[in-house]
Amino acid sequence: MERRALRRFQRNRGAVVGLVIVAGLLAFAAIGPLLAGHDPNTSDFAAARDGLGGPGGPSRAHPLGLDPLFRDLASRLAHGARVSLLVGLVATAVSVSVGAVVGMVSGWAADGRAGFVDSALMRLVDVGLSFPYLLLVMAIGTALGDVTIVTILLVLGLTSWFGTARIVRSKTLQVRSLDFVVASRALGQPSWAVLLRHVLPNVAGPLIVIASASVAQMIIAESVLAYLQVGLPPPTATWGRMLQEGQRYYTVAPRLAVAPGLCIFLGVLGFNLLGEGVRDALDPKET
Amino acid sequence: MTAPGASPAGPADGRAQPLLQVERLTKHFAVERGLFRKARLLRAVDDVSLHVYPGETLGLVGESGCGKTTLGRTVLRLLDPTHGRIVFDGHDITDATERALRPLRRRMQIVFQDPYSSLNPRMTVRDIVAEGIRVHGLAKDRAELDARVESLLERVGLRRDALQRYPHEFSGGQRQRIGIARALAVSPELIVCDEPLSALDVSIQAQIVNLLLELQEQDRIAFLFISHDLEVVEYMSRRIAVMYLGRIVETAAARELWERRHHPYTRALLSAVPVPDPARKRLRILLEGDPPSPLEPPNGCAFHPRCPRSEPGRCDRDTPPLEELAPGSRHRVACFHPFE
Repeated sequence: MERRALRRFQRNRGAVVGLVIVAGLLAFAAIGPLLAGHDPNTSDFAAARDGLGGPGGPSRAHPLGLDPLFRDLASRLAHGARVSLLVGLVATAVSVSVGAVVGMVSGWAADGRAGFVDSALMRLVDVGLSFPYLLLVMAIGTALGDVTIVTILLVLGLTSWFGTARIVRSKTLQVRSLDFVVASRALGQPSWAVLLRHVLPNVAGPLIVIASASVAQMIIAESVLAYLQVGLPPPTATWGRMLQEGQRYYTVAPRLAVAPGLCIFLGVLGFNLLGEGVRDALDPKET
Repeated sequence: MTAPGASPAGPADGRAQPLLQVERLTKHFAVERGLFRKARLLRAVDDVSLHVYPGETLGLVGESGCGKTTLGRTVLRLLDPTHGRIVFDGHDITDATERALRPLRRRMQIVFQDPYSSLNPRMTVRDIVAEGIRVHGLAKDRAELDARVESLLERVGLRRDALQRYPHEFSGGQRQRIGIARALAVSPELIVCDEPLSALDVSIQAQIVNLLLELQEQDRIAFLFISHDLEVVEYMSRRIAVMYLGRIVETAAARELWERRHHPYTRALLSAVPVPDPARKRLRILLEGDPPSPLEPPNGCAFHPRCPRSEPGRCDRDTPPLEELAPGSRHRVACFHPFE
């Protein structure tokens, strides 16, 4: 199985490209800060300036130039990669796991003796979806006061699973009525094992697609938090924050927005290609 | 209604204790449940009693939608019964919890109609067949597990190289064999065969019928064989129950039913069996209308709106009980005006 899945993955050009992009970004996050050679949060007022006395453009010392506070852009981009990718991946893991568990339990319990569990969980999802997302995030952010990367991960992860739970629930309802699930129950498999062995692998396709789209959304969401002053406090560099900060200078120094924007774009592209590749590779019916 | 348990001792082997005994089983589904609407009841199975002796086959025939499948799943407690009692080998399993059922699950299995949805597309044949062995811890180690799975595949007529393959790589008949191997893996004493042939080509049907009969002979497995094909049921079964709209309307030994069909519905059903002889004139009894909806079953005998012999004032008012026509014949009919 694993070997054949690997072969299917290798033969999928899009999947391989996605893997290369994601690996590249991860490598950038891992060793980029070492190569950049500047502290991301220290202003270098001695560096060469532009014609108006503002922060200078690309030079030998600063390959991507300086940001408006005279900090090295390349170094901030590399440090930002660490925070942004961590937020994107971990918050997605939290969100997708909670959504998958809630959705499967809810779908499994629906219309049976434990139907009230389904009703309760789905009303909770209704409440979660009807709340303005940003209001919820801001309320939690404000209430917590001291914002660290862990709180960001939890806030993003725990406020974004509602839609996933809905999708997984409906897919679970569909899968659980199939005869192979009935067969597994007839063999005496406990409910949790039926969910794990039969339902989960058959709802994994949509889950992987949701997860790969979610990584990019989380990176953006983190920047929205930062923009609303409830994210990671400055001067911490993240791609989202750099994009927000750079947009003001778009006409004068487009590189300030383009560089983090390109990173986010590559992240979105890479994770989506990788996600679709993994989904297809795990499907035994693909040749 | 005569309780089937009170009937004289079972089939030829003389064992009086039925393996499966179902008494007055009823299964209702609530449908169209809405916020402001009252739930309507779908009477899928209504007051059905039957029993299956060890090693024998009870055939259950009826049209699509008459409740055969629901009955089959309810007796295995894959659905929860509304009323009635299910006794498996002396254990009352009507209200047994999932945990209490688990040791009994090994002894009763099911084979499905649709060979496509009955196998998990993401599992290899090996894992599908091994599932029951793993659940019940029937193999000590990996080697024993593999050996068992291999011998099961051999018994159902599949080659060893099927082990590592996925269900979509097989034909309908082969997939049905995999489903049978999965059920056999736990050495059950009862298998509910839920229309195991109707999705297959005729030539494949014969192979599967022979396989089932062979396995039954080897392991003395009892079958509750559900089908809409009366000919197959007669070939497979020792006794037959004919079902119409959730109720059993006639039940008798297979040979007896072939010779004497008392219920007008059984007659109509049998007359629909094609005879492979163009010279022979057949008397087709054509039923008018469609089977009524189990949401609004007719009053009295459920068959009376389509019955050529129905008597106004009686058949449309009272429900005929399932009773022996000739005492001691064990041929029971639920009809006020049975054919002789």
